[in-house]
Amino acid sequence: MSRPRTWPAHVILTAGALVMIAPFVWQVVVSLQTLPDSLRVPPKFTPSWEWSNFPEVFRSVPLARQFVNTVLVTVAVTAGQLLLCSMAAFAFARLRFPGRGAIFMVFLAMLMVPGELFIIPRYEIMQGLGWLNTLQALIAPGVFGAFGTFLLRQFFLTLPKELDEAARLDGANPLQIYWHIMLPLVRPGLLALGLLTVMWSWSSLLWPLIVNTDPEMMTLSAGLASLRGQFQTNFPILFAGSVVASLPVIALFVFMQRQLIAGIAFTGSKG
Amino acid sequence: MLSKREWVWGYLLIAPMALGLAVFYLWPIAQTLYLSFTESGVFGGHTWVGTANFTDLLGDEEMLGALGNTVLYAVLVLAGVPVAIVVAALLNVPGLRGMSVYRTLYFLPVVTMPAAIGLTWRYLFNGDFGAINYLLGKLGIDGPYWVGDPDFAIYAIAIVGVWSSVGYNAVLFLAGLQGIPRQYYEAASMDGAGRLRQFFRITLPLLTPTTFFVIVITMINALQVFDLVYLMIDTTSPALNGSRTIVYLFFEKGFVQNQRGLAAAIAVVLLGLILVLTAVQFRLQKRWVHYE
Repeated sequence: MSRPRTWPAHVILTAGALVMIAPFVWQVVVSLQTLPDSLRVPPKFTPSWEWSNFPEVFRSVPLARQFVNTVLVTVAVTAGQLLLCSMAAFAFARLRFPGRGAIFMVFLAMLMVPGELFIIPRYEIMQGLGWLNTLQALIAPGVFGAFGTFLLRQFFLTLPKELDEAARLDGANPLQIYWHIMLPLVRPGLLALGLLTVMWSWSSLLWPLIVNTDPEMMTLSAGLASLRGQFQTNFPILFAGSVVASLPVIALFVFMQRQLIAGIAFTGSKG
Repeated sequence: MLSKREWVWGYLLIAPMALGLAVFYLWPIAQTLYLSFTESGVFGGHTWVGTANFTDLLGDEEMLGALGNTVLYAVLVLAGVPVAIVVAALLNVPGLRGMSVYRTLYFLPVVTMPAAIGLTWRYLFNGDFGAINYLLGKLGIDGPYWVGDPDFAIYAIAIVGVWSSVGYNAVLFLAGLQGIPRQYYEAASMDGAGRLRQFFRITLPLLTPTTFFVIVITMINALQVFDLVYLMIDTTSPALNGSRTIVYLFFEKGFVQNQRGLAAAIAVVLLGLILVLTAVQFRLQKRWVHYE
C-alpha cells in the first residue's frame, strides 16, 4: 500500500493553528505597547517594548495578592477533591454496603443540574457563616464534586478483584487497602482529575465574582473582570494582567498535556 | 462478620463527600426551588408569592430576550462542532508528523482562563481599531461594531465560543476515531473507495456515539454561557440586549438587583430548559447514532 500524502492535512491544520494562536500572540504584543500604539488604525502589529505596563497593572489592582489567592484556592480545592473523591470512589467501586446503588444514583443526578441552581443558597450559607470575602468561601464548595467521584470510580473498577482478596487474607482493613494498595494504582486517574480541577478552579468566574467583592480577596478571573471596569479600553494594561493571570495554567498544560488530554479523552469514552 | 465491618468502612469513606454534597448541592437545589416561589424583601427574608415569578418571567421582555439569545448562541456553537470533527480527522491522518504539536496549539484556548480570552477578543472585535474589521476591510467588507451592536454581539461571542472549544471537542473526537478498527479502512481501499468516500461511509457513521456525546455536552455548556458575555460586552452597552444570556440575567437579578426569588426562578427555568433539550437529544439519538 502506498503511503498516503499528508501535505494537504498539514496545510489545513497549519492555517487553523494560526487562527488558534494569533489571539495569544497578539495579546502579548499589545501588552508591550503604549496606549496610543494599541489604538492605532491600521493596527500596529509589533510591540513598542513598553515593559512598564506590567508594574503598572500590579500597582493598579492587588494583582500579586489575587495571584496568591488563586494559587491557595486552587491548591486547596484540588487537594480536597483528590482526597474526598478518591475515598468515595473507592467505597463505591470496591466495598459493598446497603444503599450503595441508590446513593450513587443521587451522586450521578447531581451531574445533570446546572451550577446556577446552587449559587443563591450557597451565597446565603456563606453569608450566614460570615465567610463572604474570605478564601474559605471559594474553597469549601469546591472540594466536593460528583464528577470526580464518578471519574475515579471508573478507574477503581478496572483493578482486578484478586487485589482486595489477597490483601484481606493478609489482614488489611479497607482503609489500608484504599490507601496503600489501590490509591497508587489509580495514579493516572488522580492526575487527570487533579489537572482538570486545577484548570476549572483557576479559571472559574461566576462564583468568585459573587462571593468575594473585595479586590484583596478576589481571584485572578474576577480581578481581570474588575480591571476591565477600571481600565475600559486601556488594552495594554488589561493584557499585561491577562498574560500574568493565564500563563501559569498554560505552562502547566504544556508540561502535563499528555496526562490532561488522556483524562479528557477518558471522560468522553466513559460518558 | 467481615461484611458487616465492610458496611461501616463504606459509609465512613463516603461520609465526607456525601455530607458536602448534601450541604452544597442537594440542599441548595431544594432551597432554590423553594425560593423560586418567593419574593425577597428589602431587608432580607422572603414571602411566598406562588407562581408569580414564573408568570412575570413569561411576560418579561428581558427574560424572553435572554432565552432567545441563549438558544441562538447554543445553535451557533453547535454549528461549530463539525469544525472539530474535521480537525480530529486531519490529526488522525496516518503518518502525520507533528500531530502532538498541532494538538497542543488547538488546545491552548481550552486551558486559558475565559476572562483573559474574553478581553482579548473584545479588543480584536473592536469596531474602530480591532484587527478583525481591519482584515475584513482588506477584503472590502465594512465590518460592524460587533461587541457594541445588539445585532452582531451574540455572533461575535459564538465565534469565540467555537474557537475556544474546538480543541476540547477535537480531543474527544480523536479518541473516538482511534477506536475505529483500521481493517475497515483497509477493506474499503481494496474495494477502491477514496479517502473522502471512506470519511463519509466509515468514519462519520462509526463516530456517531462520540458526536452524540459532544453535542450533548456542548449544548449543556452553551446554555450556561456567562463568562464570555460578561467580559466581552460592557455592562452599560446597548449590545447587551442582543447578547444577555439566561445566566447573565440570573446574575443581574440575583446579585446586582438583589431579587433573589426572581433569580431563583430563572435558574429553575434554565434547569427545565436543559432537562427538556437533553431529553430531546436522547430521543433523537435512536435515529442517527450507530452503536456497534
